[in-house]
Amino acid sequence: MSDDANPTPTLQSIRERLDGTKGRTFWKGLDEVADTDAFRSFMAEEFPRQAAPLESSLHRRDFLKLLGASLALAGLSACARPEAPHDKIVPYVETPEQMVPGRPLFFATAISDGGYAEGLLAESHQGRPTKVEGNPDHPASQGATSAVSQATVLTLYDPERSQAISEGGAARGWDQLAAALSDLGDGERVAVLTETVTSPTLARQIAELKDAYPGLRWHQYDPTHADGAVLGAREAFGRDLTVVPHFDRADVVLSLDADFVQTGPGRLAHAKAFAARRRVRSADDAMNRLWMAESAPANTGTLADHRLALDPAGVAGLAAAVAERLGVAAPSAPRPAALEDAWLDALIDDLQEHRGSSLVVAGHDQPAAVHALTHAINDALGNLGETVTLHEPVEARPESHLDSLRDLVAAMNGGEIGTLVITGGNPVYTAPADLDFAAAMDRVDTTVHLGLYRDETGMRADWHVPETHHLESWSDVRAFDGTATIAQPLIRPFYGGRSPHELLALLAGDPDASAHDLVRATWRERIDGDFEAFWRRAVHRGAVPDSAAPSVDGLSVSDVSGLNLPQGGNDLVLLLRPDPSLGDGRWANNGWLQELPKPFSKLTWDNAALLSARTAERLNVRNEDRLELTASGRTLTAPVWIQPGMADGVVLLHLGFGRDAAGRVGAGVGVNAYRLRASDAPIVAPLAAAKASGRTRLASTQLHQALAGTGERRHIVRHGTVADLQAEPDHPTFVHPVAHHDYDLYENFAYDGSAWGMVVDMTVCTGCNACVTACQSENNVPIVGKDQVLVGREMHWIRVDAYYGGSVDDPDFYQMPMACQHCEKAPCEPVCPVGATLHDHEGLNVMVYNRCVGTRYCSNNCPYKVRTFNYLQYAELSSNATEQSLAANPDVTVRSRGVMEKCTYCTQRISRARIQAGNEDRKIRDGEVVTACQAACPTDAIVFGDLNDEESRVAQDKRSVLNYAVLEELNTVPRTTYLAHVRNPHPALAERGTGAA
Amino acid sequence: MGVRSGSVETQRAIRPGYDPAGIDDTVNAPVLVGVGRTAAWWWIGFGISLALLGLYLASVVVLVTQGVGIFGNNQPVAWAMPIINFVWWIGIGHAGTLISAALLLFRQPWRTSINRFAEAMTIFAVVCAGLYPILHLGRPWVFYWLLPYPNTYGLFPNFRSPLDWDLFAIGTYASVSVLFWFIGLIPDLATLRDQSRTRAQRILYGILCLGWTGSAKAWQRYQRAYLLLAALSFPLVLSVHSTIAMDFAVSVVPGWNNTVMPPYFVAGAVFAGFAMVLMLAIPLRKAFHLEGMITMRHLDNAAKLMLATGMIVVYGYFVELFDAYYSGLEFERFMALNRVFGADHWWAFWLLIACNLVAIQPLWLRSVRQNPWALFGISVIVSIGMWLERFVIVAITLTKDFLPSAWGGYVPTFWDWSLYAGSFGLFGTLFFLFIRLLPSIATSEMKELAHHDAHHGSDPFEEIRQDVHAKEARS
Repeated sequence: MSDDANPTPTLQSIRERLDGTKGRTFWKGLDEVADTDAFRSFMAEEFPRQAAPLESSLHRRDFLKLLGASLALAGLSACARPEAPHDKIVPYVETPEQMVPGRPLFFATAISDGGYAEGLLAESHQGRPTKVEGNPDHPASQGATSAVSQATVLTLYDPERSQAISEGGAARGWDQLAAALSDLGDGERVAVLTETVTSPTLARQIAELKDAYPGLRWHQYDPTHADGAVLGAREAFGRDLTVVPHFDRADVVLSLDADFVQTGPGRLAHAKAFAARRRVRSADDAMNRLWMAESAPANTGTLADHRLALDPAGVAGLAAAVAERLGVAAPSAPRPAALEDAWLDALIDDLQEHRGSSLVVAGHDQPAAVHALTHAINDALGNLGETVTLHEPVEARPESHLDSLRDLVAAMNGGEIGTLVITGGNPVYTAPADLDFAAAMDRVDTTVHLGLYRDETGMRADWHVPETHHLESWSDVRAFDGTATIAQPLIRPFYGGRSPHELLALLAGDPDASAHDLVRATWRERIDGDFEAFWRRAVHRGAVPDSAAPSVDGLSVSDVSGLNLPQGGNDLVLLLRPDPSLGDGRWANNGWLQELPKPFSKLTWDNAALLSARTAERLNVRNEDRLELTASGRTLTAPVWIQPGMADGVVLLHLGFGRDAAGRVGAGVGVNAYRLRASDAPIVAPLAAAKASGRTRLASTQLHQALAGTGERRHIVRHGTVADLQAEPDHPTFVHPVAHHDYDLYENFAYDGSAWGMVVDMTVCTGCNACVTACQSENNVPIVGKDQVLVGREMHWIRVDAYYGGSVDDPDFYQMPMACQHCEKAPCEPVCPVGATLHDHEGLNVMVYNRCVGTRYCSNNCPYKVRTFNYLQYAELSSNATEQSLAANPDVTVRSRGVMEKCTYCTQRISRARIQAGNEDRKIRDGEVVTACQAACPTDAIVFGDLNDEESRVAQDKRSVLNYAVLEELNTVPRTTYLAHVRNPHPALAERGTGAA
Repeated sequence: MGVRSGSVETQRAIRPGYDPAGIDDTVNAPVLVGVGRTAAWWWIGFGISLALLGLYLASVVVLVTQGVGIFGNNQPVAWAMPIINFVWWIGIGHAGTLISAALLLFRQPWRTSINRFAEAMTIFAVVCAGLYPILHLGRPWVFYWLLPYPNTYGLFPNFRSPLDWDLFAIGTYASVSVLFWFIGLIPDLATLRDQSRTRAQRILYGILCLGWTGSAKAWQRYQRAYLLLAALSFPLVLSVHSTIAMDFAVSVVPGWNNTVMPPYFVAGAVFAGFAMVLMLAIPLRKAFHLEGMITMRHLDNAAKLMLATGMIVVYGYFVELFDAYYSGLEFERFMALNRVFGADHWWAFWLLIACNLVAIQPLWLRSVRQNPWALFGISVIVSIGMWLERFVIVAITLTKDFLPSAWGGYVPTFWDWSLYAGSFGLFGTLFFLFIRLLPSIATSEMKELAHHDAHHGSDPFEEIRQDVHAKEARS
C-alpha cells in the first residue's frame, strides 16, 4: 500500500519509532508501526470499523475525563427544583429500620373530608407515597376509602399546585408575610375564615388567637357543610349535638333523601354497617329494609327496597306525613301526590313493628326543620339511644356556615375588616353569588389566602400561601364520632407549602412554629402519663384511643310543631349539590376525578342539568340540548342529561365545575352552578328553565342502561326478592333463568396450587366508584381526556355498570362492577396471534405488554368488553415525565401506546404475598391478597381469594345459591362471579314496589 | 397485419381475423412507445394516482407517529375501517385467481384476454389489503412477531389465532399470485424483448424474460409449470377468503360466530372481484382499443358470474338472518335486528341490499350485460355495496355485542378516509405502471387462441350460442 506520495517506511524509521515507545508495544505489521497515511487510508477502506479508533481523537484519558464530566454535570439536572431540601442529601449509610428496597411501607394518616376524618394508610415506596388504603383501625373508614381519597394522591403530585408565597403575584418569603401580618392591634379588624374545624389543634390555636386578640373574628365556611343538621339538632334538643346513626342496629331504615353511604361524615362507616345487615347468602339470612325518598338518584337509593322519587318539598311532606301517623306533633306540609296510601301504610307498619330497631335519617342537605322532625320521629319510635345516639359536638363550633359567611361579608362590606386570613377553601368561587365575596374582599386592606392552588380566591387575595397537601403535613382531625386522628406527613412539602396550623401560628406571632410541634403541644395538654408512648401509639394506629365524643343521654325532643317545613308549590325547582367526584370544586384539577364516571349518568368531564324524562318532555329538551336556567335572579346555561329516577320537576346541577382558575385540567370544564346559588336558597331554589340554542356534547361512558327488552333477556343482572329466595331456597330460578351446557371437548386444566377468584355481591354494591379510583391508583391507569371519552376510549380497568329496571319514570337501580372476569376458558387467549394474553398456573388471565402488538382481536372476542387499549400515548412516560408520573406504582408497568391492558387481579399483590409465604414456607393465607378494588370497597361487595382453599371467604361465597357467572351460557367459566341482587320489599307491597322481580 | 382497432363488438372470445402480428401490435405497441409519446390519459391517471399515493404515505407517517388513535376505532369497536378496507381489497383480489387458475383448469378459453390484468389487479389489491392489518396494529413496527422465526426470546406465534392463519393465507396467496403472474408473463416479455425499440427496453425485458428462447422444450415446460401453478392456486380461491372469514367466524361475537361466513365471504369476494375486473376492463379496452380481444363475450360472462355470486351473497344475508332467528339466542337475534333496524346504522344495511341485491337484477337481461356503460355503473354500485357489507359485518356488529353497558358507536375519522383514498393511489400507481410497462393482455395465449379459432373455429358451443342469441334478438 504505497504510492509516490507515501513512500514505503524505512526499517530505520520503524526501529526509531519502536525504540521511542515505553513499555511493551504490540504491533500487527510494519505499516502500523510506521503509522503512515497510506496505512491509515488502507485501514479506513478495508476495515472501517477497526480504523475508527485510529481516527478518533478521543483517547482513553479524554474519554475518562468526559465520563467524569458527564457524571458531574448529570447532577445539575437535580438542580431543576431551586428549593433544594433544607440540609444535606445523603444516601442511606445505614438503612432505616424496616426499609427494604422494593417493599412499600404503610403509614397511618387521615384526610379531612368536609372537616371530618377518613382514616388512611398511605403506601410509601422509598419515601414516595403512591397510594392510600383505608385504615382498618379508624372508625370512619374501617379499611375502606372513598373514590376521592384515592385520587388525592394524584393531587399531591399536581405540578400546577401553587409553589410559592406571593403578594399580588410576586414571589415573597414567609418572613415577609410575617412582617405584613405583624401588627394586628387587638384583633378588632382581623377575621379568620376557616373551613369546618374539628381539629383539636386548630381549635386550640383559634382559641389562643382569640385570647391574644380579643376582637378577632372567626368565621367558618364550607359550601357542603350540613347547616340543616346543626340547626335541626339545636331545634330538637335545645343544644348543639352530634347525632350518630347506627345502621348496624337498625332493621328498618327510612331515608329522607339521605345519601348516607356517599355523602356526609361517616359515610364509609355507615355504608359498611348498613351493608353488613344486607349480606344475603342463603334463604336463612336476614336482611334489613330500606325505605328511600329522594329527589335525585343517589348511591344509597340504589340499595333501596322501596324508593319514592319526591321533590325536596315532597320529602318534607313525607316526613310530616310519617310524623303525623306516628303521633308526633308535626308542622304541616302538603302531602306529596306520589305518596300512595298503601306505601305509607306499609312504611308506618314497618316502623312501628320495629320500634327501637328502626332508624329515620334525614339528608345531609335537608333543611333544619326536616332534621328536627326526624329526631322527633326517632324519639317517638324509641330509637334514641338505640339506633341513634347523641354526642357532644365534634365540630369545634357547630354553626350555620352560611350565616357565618353572611356575617363576615357584611363586616367586610362595612369596612370593619382590615385583615382577612382565609385558611383553606375557595370562597370567591364557592360563596353564594348574591354575597359577592370577591367584591367584599376588595374592601379589606389585606387578604391572605392559604390554598393548594392559586385559585379564584388566591388570585384575588393580596397574599397567597401554598397549602400543604394532607400527605405533606402534620395535623389532627376528628371523625364523625369524634375519634381523633393524628395525621402524619408522608413526604416533605414539595412546594414549600404551609399548613393552616403554621399560618395561624404566624398570626399568633410565632412564624417558626412547625405543625408537628403545634399538634404535639395540643395533645401534650390532654394526655396524662407517658406522652411519648401515647404519641407513638396514636400516630402509629391512626386513631387516638377513646377519643370519641362522649355520648349525651337522657335528652328528648322538644315540640317541633312550630317549625316551618318547605311547602313546595313550585313546578320546577333547582337542586344544587356537590359533585360526587369533585366535591365543592376543590378537586377540579384532578384528572382521575374528572374522568371518573359519575354514578348513574356515567358522565365525565362535565356537569349537566339532570332531569327526569317527564320534566324533559315538559321542557321539550333532549340529551345534550342546552337549557337556560334562571334561579334567584341569575341565569346560567347548562347542557341537559335525562336521568331516570329524578323526581319530576327537579333539575339537579352539580357544583364544582366551571372553574376559572383550577389549572389546565379543570379550568373551563362544565358550568359553574355556584352562579345560581343564593344565600337564601343555597340548595333548593325555584327555577325557570327554557330551551336555549345549541348543543353540548357530553362524554358518558355508558350509553345503554335500560334492562327492559333485550337487556332483561340477556340475564346479565339477575335479581329477585327475599321471598323469591325463600320460595326456592336450593335453586332460585331468578339466579339461573337459563339452562346451559358446560360440555367441552378439552379436559379442564387442573389448578393444583392457588386458584384465584372473585365474588361481587350486587346486593350491597352502591356504585360509589371507590374501586375505580383505587384500581387507577394501584395499576397506573391513565386518563384520556374528554375527546377520547367521547370516542369511547376510556381506560378504567374496572367500571361500575349501572342498569335501570322497571319504568323510565320509576326505575330501580342495579350496580355491577365489571372488570376482567379471568375466564378459565378465556375467549381472548386463543385469538391473540402472538400469545400476548395467556393463562397462568393459578388461573389468572395475564397480559404480556411487551409481547402485545396491538391487533385488538382479544378485545373484540371479550364478551365482557373489559379490555382497554392505548390508542394513543396516554400514559406519561419517563422520557418526558412530569411530577405526576411520581404517583405511579413502581410495582406495575406503565403501558405505552399500542398495547392492550386490563385487570390483572392485582397480580403484583399476589406476587408479593406469594414471595412472603414462600419465604415463610407456608401457604398464602385467606385475606392475605387483597385487590385494590376490594380494599377500597366500603360495603365489602368484592371478595377475593383462593378458590382451592375450601375455607376462604371467596370459596364460601361461591357456594351460595345466589352465585352466578355473567354470560355463563358462553362457557367462558369466569373466575369472577356475582351474587344475584336481592331486595327485601315489604310483604304488603311485594307485588308492585321496587324489587318485585 | 390484422385488424388493428375499431369499436366493432363481437360475441366471440376474440374477434376473427387477428393474426399473431396483429395481436402483438395491438397489445405491445402502447408498451413500447417512448416516454414522450405516452398517451395523455395515462399521464392524467398516473398523476392522480401518485397524488393519492402521497396522501397514503402522509397518512402512514401520521399513523406511525401518533398511533392508531388517529382512526375512529374505540372500545368496543376495536376493528373498523382498516379491517373493512382490508377485507374489501382482499375480496377484490379474488377474481384474478379465479379467472387465471380456475377458468384455465376448466378450459374456458374466454378467460385468456382478461387474465393478465385481472392477475395484476389481484396482486395490487393484495398489496393494498396486506398493508392494512399491519398498519392497524397498535405497534406496527413489530408486526413480524406474527411470523414463526427463531428468536432469542424463545417465542413463537400462537397458531390457534385466526390472525396467524390470515398471515399465512395472504402470504401464500400473494406469493403464488406473483409467481403465477410472472410465469405467465415470460413468453410475452420475450416478445417485448424481441420487439424493443430502445436499449433500455431490451435490457429490462431481456432480464425479466429469463432468457426465453421459445423452443419447443421451453414451451412444454412452461405450460407444464403454468398448469401446475394453476392447480396450486385454485384452492387458494377458496382458502384465502375462507381464512379471512374465520377471523370472524372463530370468534364468540354475535353476528360473527357463524359457519356460513367462509363460503359467503368467498362468494362475496368473487362478486366484488368481478365488479372490479369490469371496472378496469371497460375503460382499458376503450383506451387501448382492445374491443377485439376483451369482447362482449367477456363482459357478458363476467356479468353472469357477478350475478351468480351476487345471488349467493344475498342468500348468505338471509342465512345469517335466519340463523339468528333460529338459534334462539338473544344476542344473535338482537344483533340481526340491530343490523337491519338499529337506530344508528340501519341505512347501511338497506343501502347494501340496494347495492348488492337490487342493483344486480338488471344483469338478468342480456342487453344490460352487453352494455359497457351499464356494466360499469353496476360494478361501481356493487363495489360500494360490498364495502358496506364489510362495514355492517365488522363495525356495526362490534358496536353492540353482549353487555349493553359496553355498547358504543363508531364514526370514521379523516385519517380513516384518507388512508382508504390513499390506498386507491397505491393501487392506481401500480396499475398504471403495469399497463404502461407490461402487456396487459397475454399475447402468447391470445395468439394460441387466434390460431385455434382460425383452424378449428371457436369452441364447440359457439354455434349453439349464436343460435340462442339470434332467437333472443328476434323475440
